Parts: sequence; structure tokens; C-alpha cells
Amino acid sequence: MISLAGRDILHSWGKFVFTGVGLGLLIGVTLSMAGIYRGMVDDAQVMLDNTGADLWVVQQGTQGPYAESSSLYDDVYRSLLNMPGVEYAANVTYLIMQVGHGGHDVSTMVVGIMSGEPGTPGQPRYLVAGRHITRSHYEAVADITSGFQLGERIRIRRNLYTLVGLSKRTVSYNGDPMVFIPIKDAQEAQFLKDNDALIQQRRRNAENPAFNRPGIPGLLAAVNASQSANAYVNAVLVKLKPGTLPEDVAKPMRRWKRLQVYTRTQMESILVDKVIAKSARQIALFLVILAIVSAAIVAFIIYTLTLGKIREIAVLKLIGTKNRTIAGMIMQQSIALGIIGFVVGKITATFWVPIFPKYVLLEPLDSVAGFFAVLVICVLASVVAIRMALKVDPAEAIGG
Amino acid sequence: MGGKGIRIEGLKKRYGEGDTAVHALKGVDMQVAPGEVVGLIGPSGSGKSTLLKCLGAVIDPTAGRMVLGDEVIFDDGWKARDLRALRRDKIGFVFQAPYLIPFLDVTDNVALLPMLAGIPNGEARAKALELLTALDVQHRARAMPSQLSGGEQQRVAIARGLVNRPPVILADEPTAPLDSERAMAVIRILNDMARQFETAIIVVTHDEKIIPTFKRIYHIRDGVTHEEAGEGRGFD
Repeated sequence: MISLAGRDILHSWGKFVFTGVGLGLLIGVTLSMAGIYRGMVDDAQVMLDNTGADLWVVQQGTQGPYAESSSLYDDVYRSLLNMPGVEYAANVTYLIMQVGHGGHDVSTMVVGIMSGEPGTPGQPRYLVAGRHITRSHYEAVADITSGFQLGERIRIRRNLYTLVGLSKRTVSYNGDPMVFIPIKDAQEAQFLKDNDALIQQRRRNAENPAFNRPGIPGLLAAVNASQSANAYVNAVLVKLKPGTLPEDVAKPMRRWKRLQVYTRTQMESILVDKVIAKSARQIALFLVILAIVSAAIVAFIIYTLTLGKIREIAVLKLIGTKNRTIAGMIMQQSIALGIIGFVVGKITATFWVPIFPKYVLLEPLDSVAGFFAVLVICVLASVVAIRMALKVDPAEAIGG
Repeated sequence: MGGKGIRIEGLKKRYGEGDTAVHALKGVDMQVAPGEVVGLIGPSGSGKSTLLKCLGAVIDPTAGRMVLGDEVIFDDGWKARDLRALRRDKIGFVFQAPYLIPFLDVTDNVALLPMLAGIPNGEARAKALELLTALDVQHRARAMPSQLSGGEQQRVAIARGLVNRPPVILADEPTAPLDSERAMAVIRILNDMARQFETAIIVVTHDEKIIPTFKRIYHIRDGVTHEEAGEGRGFD
């Protein structure tokens, strides 16, 4: 038996190809949306991977440092270093900043890291150019997507930093490039007041008799110094000794240090379920809407194509064609349209993904799932046209 | 093959029930022998189309009896369970317009019926080509319907109606869209094919040009048929 659907498609290939291209662009958008979601999740995972940490120690009762703000004294890490199973512990701060570059601002996440030997948590793990930060102040390593050049001097708050290294795929959970600077500089940058505010504060302190006691001459200077310094960090990143179970170390930290401790799995869950959850829901809704729109378009096209073949269908039924042959013809055409659309969509998505400002990750398995989803949508979309075709009376082929 | 043609006895068709019932056929009797071409003529609303649809197993007669060849196909009810297969294997159709499938070439338009009956594609196409040759359109075998003239299309439609060698062919105004010369050619072909394949052919027509060609004519009026001898000119 010949393929009626195939013959019809070959006969009116222009109609099918152009419709398929239109549908394909829609499928391309759908695949890209799925890729954007995957990219967000991947950014979050990469951010966690790049820390090199097994545990995140944060302020008690918070879900920091990414989903909530968290403050810890910067000497907490010393007590953690002495706990069984801990190999490294390092302070870290995170600060979202707009860093000026070439006349425009680059949205970045400034990360304060402790210098140390390779493997210290928080440090960028792979550099594509330059070196790691070796000095305690005014050196920076930036992700290559920031557009900064090696040796360039960038301004963060009041200070200029020399870019000594470039890293790759070191991004925040929302895709912003990271800029790594020494922890002391980051602590200062995080709470640095402007000069006017400092003058105001010092004037108030000087006028406060509690701080400015004639009998204690060093008190005012000490108060001013304490208000200008920042002894807090956002989290302590802990790397465990090989073979140590994260929960075995996290439990005593929670109990005896009265700190909040998250394992990798828990931190990933916080990022995916809380930080990017709303974006993910938006994208999911978009995917559903696009799927419905695609289904409606396929259904409308197939219905219209079938409507144009009513007389032929009546003749086919009159000469003895089985209902399932006619239904198969319509369904195969719908599926063919979906396949054309999917191929066009996959190609266009592959071509336009690099120009997206965000990281878009097109997973092969998502494409496979998308392909089957398109097939299911096309099968469902053909139902209306099939119902209409099956209702066609073969008597319509006979006049009168 | 042809067999004993078609015989219809007391065929009735009623639409609706009770006071609003319409009796479209009130007891039609017809008999067409194998190899014979008869005309069925009548004014609009006389029941021609209803009779054709009943004969074509497209609608259910209310009562009566139909015998196709040696087989009783209707006796106050259909005897065959699968009317679709009955139409495919036992009844050929030729329509007012050719209604060829636009996306199939000439050969496949004709070969489609045997293919639907489960005959392998190659064998079905060979049967189709044999008929196309008999109808002198074999040179257009690979053409699409839109590339054919009206007369060629109608010859292909006749080939499609004949390809399964049905005992009966129902032709619904097959010459309506054709000029006199082509109309006569189509009637000539139907007569030739009827004789060659021993097929009974019923031609429903209004066409004054071809009415004199029938040897027998059934007039239908108010749901009842009356048989009369025709002139039978030109096709002895």
C-alpha cells in the first residue's frame, strides 16, 4: 500500500515546508526556553562546583549566603578548621555590583576569597589566562564573559584592582560573571561608607559623651575604628578530608558551634527550589503556553488541509478506503509537519543560542524529550481533523 | 468478473418517520445484464440519486432485494457486514466530475483500489496499466490529474471504476462536463468496457446527446421506475 500522506506531502511540499518552518520557529523558541531553564540550573550548579566546598557554614537560622543574607564573624573559620574531618575552611563574601568597563557597567558578583594554596575553597579553580591572586590587596581575577582584559585596572567602590587572571564558567546563579578579590578588600567594599557618611558618623561619635570621655582618650578613636571596619563574612566554605561523609561533619557543627550548615545537596536544593524557582515556574508556564500554541497551530493547519480534501476523502471512503487508512493519512501528515517543525526548530535554536545574553544549555536529552512531545502534540492536534474526516459521508461523492 | 449483472426487486427507501416521512423510492425494479449499459433518467427529485446511493451501498434501503451476480446483497437488510469492502470489490463508481485523487499520479489513482484490497503494489500497478492501455491513456500513466484534459481524466476515472472488475458500475452523469464528441467517446468506452469485462453499467444522465445510445432506459418518476426500449444508436 502506498503512503497517501507521503504522496500528499510531496504533491504540496511547499505548503508543508513553509508551514513547518513557521512551526519550527515556534519550536525553536520552546527549545530555547527549556535551554534557558537548564542554563539557570547549570549556572547554579557551576557556582557551587566552583567553590570547591563540601559544606556551607552560614549564620544560624538563615538560608544564606545565596538565598538570604548571612553574617558570620570572620574568625569562625579557625574554630571549624579544628573539627574532625575538615581539610580546609575559608571565609567568603558575595557582593552583587555593577563594575564600570569601557563606558558601561558590567553586572557582576564580586567574591571575596582568602588567598591560600591551590584547593582552598572559594578560589577560582580553572584559569584560562594569568595567575591566581597572590597579594592581600588590589588584585582581581574575573570571568572571561565580563569582557575585562588581563592587566586591566577595574574600579570596585573606591579602589582600583589589577586584573591578574581570567577564569571561565565562574558565574553567579543568575549568570553574572564573578570577579574575585582578596577577602579583606571585599569585607571593606561590602560595608564601606562614603566620605560624607564617615564624617557625619565621626562627628556624632565626638558629640556623644559616652564615647568621647575626657578620662579615656583612646575610646573615641577605638569606636570610630570599630565602626569603619567590617569583621563579618557571608559564609565559611568547608572542604572535607577524603572519605568523610558531609553529614558526619555538619551535625557537630550545628550542635556545638550553633551555626547553620548546608551540604552540597541541601545548597543545590535551596538554589533550585528557592532562588531560581520563580524563574523556573515562569519558564515552565511559557513552555506550556508555547506547547498549547504549537498544538493549536498544528491542529488548525491540519484541519484546514483536511477541509480542503473533503471531496477526495468522500471518494476514498466511497471506493472502500478504511477509516483507519484515512485517519492514518491525516495523523501521518500532522506528524510529518511536527518533524519538519522540530528539525527547523532544533537548527534555528542551535544557531541563535550563542547570541543570547544568558547561558542557554541545550541538553540532548531535552531535545529527545522535545521531539517526542512534538509527536504527541501533533497526534493530539490531528484528532479534530480526523474526527471531521471520519464524519464525511461517502454519499457526498455522489451528486444529488 | 461480471457474472449475472444486477437485479433489483421492490426497492424502497423512506426518509423520516410518521406524517413527515418521505418515500423517495416506492418499489424500484431493475435488471441489468452483464455487458449491458442502461440509462437511468428522470427529473430532479425523482429519486435518481437515492437509487444510486442505495445501489452503491452508501445508504440503507428501507425494504426490497438486490442481487449482485449470484449473491444476494440486500434482502430487507444488508447481507454483507462490511459495506466498505462490498463497495470496493463489487461496485465501481464513475462520477460526474472525475474526482481523481490530486496527489496520486494516473497509475496510482487507478491502482489504489486493488492496493486497498490488499493486492501488492506492483501487481496493482500492472492491472492499472493494463486498463489504462485499454482506455488509450497509457501514455499519461505518470502524469498527475491536473496535467490531464477533461476527457483523459474521465477515462482514468472509468479505469478506476473498472480496475477491480466489479459486476456493476454506477456512473453518475459521467458526460455532464464534456462536449458532444468527448461525451460520445466516454459512452463508447463504457459500452466497450461493459462488453469486454462483462460488467453491468447503469448510467444516470440528463444528457440528451447520449440518451439515444442506450438500448434500454429506466425512467424514474416519483420513486418508481418504468422500463422502455432505447434507440441503441451507434454501439452495436
